[in-house]
Amino acid sequence: MATHPGGLTSTEAPAVRVRDLHRSFNRSGGVLEGLDLDVAPGEFVAVLGRSGTGKSTLLRALAGLDRDVDGYGEIEVPVAVSVVFQDSRLLPWKRLLDNVTFGLRAPDADERGRRALAEVGLAGRERAWPYELSGGEAQRASLARSLVREPQLLLADEPFGALDALTRIKMHELLRRLCEVHRPAVLLVTHDVDEAIVLADRIVVLDGGTVQTDVRVELTQRSPVAPGFGELRDFLLGRLGVQEHLGADFIAPGRRRATSATPS
Amino acid sequence: MTAATAATRADVAPAVPPSRAGGPHPDVRVVRRRLGPGPRTRLSFWVGPLLLLAVWAVGSWAGFISPAVLTAPWDVAKEFQNQWVDHDLLGNIGTSLRRSVLGLTLGVLGGVVLAVASGLSRVGEALIDGPIQIKRSIPTLALIPLFVAWFGIGESMKVTTIALITLIPIYVNTHNALRGIDGRYAELAETLDVGRVEFVRNVVLPGALPGFLLGLRFAVTVSLLGLVVVEQFNSESGIGHVMTLAQQYGQTSVIVVGLVIYGVFGFLADTAVRLIERRALSWRRTLEG
Ligand SMILES: Nc1ncnc2c1ncn2[C@@H]1O[C@H](COP(=O)(O)OP(=O)(O)OP(=O)(O)O)[C@@H](O)[C@H]1O
Ligand SMILES: [Mg+2]
Repeated sequence: MATHPGGLTSTEAPAVRVRDLHRSFNRSGGVLEGLDLDVAPGEFVAVLGRSGTGKSTLLRALAGLDRDVDGYGEIEVPVAVSVVFQDSRLLPWKRLLDNVTFGLRAPDADERGRRALAEVGLAGRERAWPYELSGGEAQRASLARSLVREPQLLLADEPFGALDALTRIKMHELLRRLCEVHRPAVLLVTHDVDEAIVLADRIVVLDGGTVQTDVRVELTQRSPVAPGFGELRDFLLGRLGVQEHLGADFIAPGRRRATSATPS
Repeated sequence: MTAATAATRADVAPAVPPSRAGGPHPDVRVVRRRLGPGPRTRLSFWVGPLLLLAVWAVGSWAGFISPAVLTAPWDVAKEFQNQWVDHDLLGNIGTSLRRSVLGLTLGVLGGVVLAVASGLSRVGEALIDGPIQIKRSIPTLALIPLFVAWFGIGESMKVTTIALITLIPIYVNTHNALRGIDGRYAELAETLDVGRVEFVRNVVLPGALPGFLLGLRFAVTVSLLGLVVVEQFNSESGIGHVMTLAQQYGQTSVIVVGLVIYGVFGFLADTAVRLIERRALSWRRTLEG
């Protein structure tokens, strides 16, 4: 319930407006239960939450991919929405450039595709088949595919989940740079608290089907050694039910969830 | 002397790092046993058929295969020449090929259209899939009298029959591959605001291509098999006709000429489809290599 001052700072109309969103997969209980969320244009929001708290469900709702899920609520999203999936989801039978420009209806689609590939450091690989790419390269290509559409909203569900730590750090820099250039509103689901702090303007934590915590990241410097980083990290970990420097009295997240998520 | 020293040193110290392997040092990395078929060798697909021919030739020459059972290859060659010169074998081959290509083309088009229609819409599935499965379980031989009644005994009956029997493997394999396309690609296409036509062209058809090509291999074969059957009906020409006549007159060598022609066409057609397959599916990384 505790909420830090977050939310909108400007008076602009939000890029994303979610009100009283409910989603459930079976009768027994809802996954999302009255979730409210606003995201300002160009704002980068990271979504944290324990496994199974409905982060992917929220993202799929915003992407309009949950036709078959029960629920109601109000969702307003921009026209141009792009999704970055956890798997790069490149079509294996299309060369890289064709993958990036797939579905792009513009006379200069190829030119834009080339530029997008160059932006993610894949210039010269236009004619590669997806199976020839490394995991990180494939994920960069899928980022290029999303950005070439100039989205007003970028939805990403653990896009770097399958990458190694070093590649992840490089991808963070890349994503930040790209977002500064293209300025989409971003909703990034992640398991990685550090990733959230490094990338986001604002972090929300889902629990019990709603936004349980909403904090603005106000760090002078985006690095784990920046002042305030550790405190924010500990705070978020606490919100996720994890205590740093756990001793023998470690409480399994699953059991914590059972005790904390019983509003009904 | 120096070379010998180097070799000895390499022998006692095999633990060179892989980057320095080569030169006088032996390559010490562990090369795994290969479980796939290995790299492709050129023209290897001719080996089996040529071996078969060799066995046939040697068997006939040594007397293991009596001429009453199977005509010797050289007699078949003589008969081939005889047919070619005196009985317009080329014309007969041409007629048969035309029938089978025409029927195959119609069957392929029909099969693909029906597979896409029934694969992508529930209405299409409800209307199309059942009848196709019913048709599948009825032997074509049993259908021919009906086709004769419907289409007469002319060309249209022959082409239609071949079209209908080639349609089945195309439909079944294309439909099966299409339904097996990863649903996440459809989801991707939805997030990219791709229209239905573009979706079919860029996701469905390429995704179903492996199945389609497998179906095509079956279809090519059955289109040739179908010839034998349809050309028994009121034909003046065609390989099947030639063979039916030869059977009536007990000319084994002519029958074998027909069989060889079938075999060669079947083999060439299948090879062609497999070449197309390798080209068209170069995006896949499979054991095929
Ligand atoms: N298609 C589905 N059918 C039935 N239940 C589902 C389905 N998708 C999700 N769920 C359930 O809904 C709940 C929320 O799932 P969701 O995928 O949104 O979690 P998440 O927060 O993304 O978790 P994670 O961090 O592990 O990805 C889970 O309990 C899950 O079992
Ligand atoms: Mg998830």
